[in-house]
Amino acid sequence: MAALDVSTVSHSYGARRALNDVSFQIAPASFTVLLGLNGAGKTTLFSLISHLYDTRHGSIRIFGHDIRRAPGEALRRLGIVFQARTLDLDLSVYQNLSYHASLHGIGRAEARRRIDAVMETVEMSGKLHDKARSLSGGQMRRVEIARALLHQPHLLLLDEATVGLDVQSRAGILANIRRLVATEGISVFWATHLIDEVGDGDHVVVLSNGNLVAKGYVAEVVAATGAKTIGEAFAKLSGKTPAAGEEPLP
Amino acid sequence: MTMPLPMETNGSGTLPLKAPAFGLANYLICLKGVLVREGLRFLHQRERFISSLVRPLLWLFIFAAGFRQVLGVSIIPPYKTYVLYEVYITPGLCGMILLFSGMQSSLSMVYDREMGNMRTLLISPFPRWFLLVSKLLAGVTVSIAQVYVFLAVAWFWGVKAPPLGYLMVLPALFLGGLMLCSLGLLLSSMIRQLENFAGVMNFVIFPMYFASPALYPLWRIQESSPLLHKICLANPFTYVVELIRFAFYGQIDWMSLGVVAGFTVLFLGGAIIAYDPSRGLMTRKQDTGGNA
Repeated sequence: MAALDVSTVSHSYGARRALNDVSFQIAPASFTVLLGLNGAGKTTLFSLISHLYDTRHGSIRIFGHDIRRAPGEALRRLGIVFQARTLDLDLSVYQNLSYHASLHGIGRAEARRRIDAVMETVEMSGKLHDKARSLSGGQMRRVEIARALLHQPHLLLLDEATVGLDVQSRAGILANIRRLVATEGISVFWATHLIDEVGDGDHVVVLSNGNLVAKGYVAEVVAATGAKTIGEAFAKLSGKTPAAGEEPLP
Repeated sequence: MTMPLPMETNGSGTLPLKAPAFGLANYLICLKGVLVREGLRFLHQRERFISSLVRPLLWLFIFAAGFRQVLGVSIIPPYKTYVLYEVYITPGLCGMILLFSGMQSSLSMVYDREMGNMRTLLISPFPRWFLLVSKLLAGVTVSIAQVYVFLAVAWFWGVKAPPLGYLMVLPALFLGGLMLCSLGLLLSSMIRQLENFAGVMNFVIFPMYFASPALYPLWRIQESSPLLHKICLANPFTYVVELIRFAFYGQIDWMSLGVVAGFTVLFLGGAIIAYDPSRGLMTRKQDTGGNA
């Protein structure tokens, strides 16, 4: 069973087509990168997968659960880190996480145990009682990742999770997420426009102007486009030079 | 709906693929979480609490004192004797707190949506209607707490209801708060930007408040303007005020109860539809903007 099955999905904003007949699958316990320049349709796709938008054309299944017909079952298996910051700045880290736990029906004692565990996973244990407002951008991201892991999802979506962060924070977060795939068997769908976040063994899905222009392992996409690197392949597919990040990852 | 708590895991850090459905206990945990969060937000926003109290107290201390001599209130149900003008407007001021608080909760929904916090709520696996009702109940609870603080201050000012009235008014405050918070929720689904909220103040809050028996009895309004009297009768806030007024004296105004209950269902139903991604206004908004 696919972790994520997106089948012939289209979406429009009025007359403007944001996604056009997009289909792909993500295997369980895999790291898949959604590559696309700004405006390619990544956030629209994430909004459809997370049921913020209604999937009117095509279907989306998360571990076999149709997001339209059984949104509750699908969302229970999905952890999401949005591009925009979504922590409540007036509350402490613990209160933010505890709120999320309750939104997933997790009782207080179990929530406390899981909060300690996920904060350790993202190396933020010492910040549990800090106000969210007092955290740096990178720390907020880590807390958001911890929050997305709290209900023990099978599929983790991260929408441009490293945008605006310094190189060390970016590398740390990426390494942390990759470790989760290996140790927890979580499937990760990582949206980015930063080409240096793509690993050689990753599966990639490339969006350009709302169209799926390539999918497969990095080596397959590179070979299919006749390019030498994934960066070159992406440039060919999207028709533009991709960003390499504010600073390249080590 | 039954499910053992805490939720069982498969030991590998992920939920079992065939996880049992949510039970009643899980729903209650969710509701409690939303209530706690709303309470914490309210406590963190002290200015909001103070301003919510200052507004009705100004009306009680200054406006009512000034108008006491100008505006005579005859003996009308539920009153059995002449009452001070301060006593007359107290139910209206309770309604005012519920009205402003309901709109405040709508403002916070718009703010949450703009800031992205709303997504945290909307991606919860619980049904959307349940999440909205939880949010609504949280807003009503905060509103009622504000009303009781106001009533305590008014008591020290010498404005006192029958002792049992403070208990009897609770269901009326709850239902009235539910109606007004539902209206706020429905409005929040229609307001695209925080800046548009000023329009709500001018076109919803003030007309609803002034075209009601909150400040003057309906018979007085009828004497001065039959048209305004008809508008007052069509205003659901009128019935919230009357429901509260009668409840203070241990009576039920059945007409008000029916109207308030009916509008609660209408506004809440509208809000649930509006926030349903497959049917509501949120869907239509997708078509006009957003980050691709």
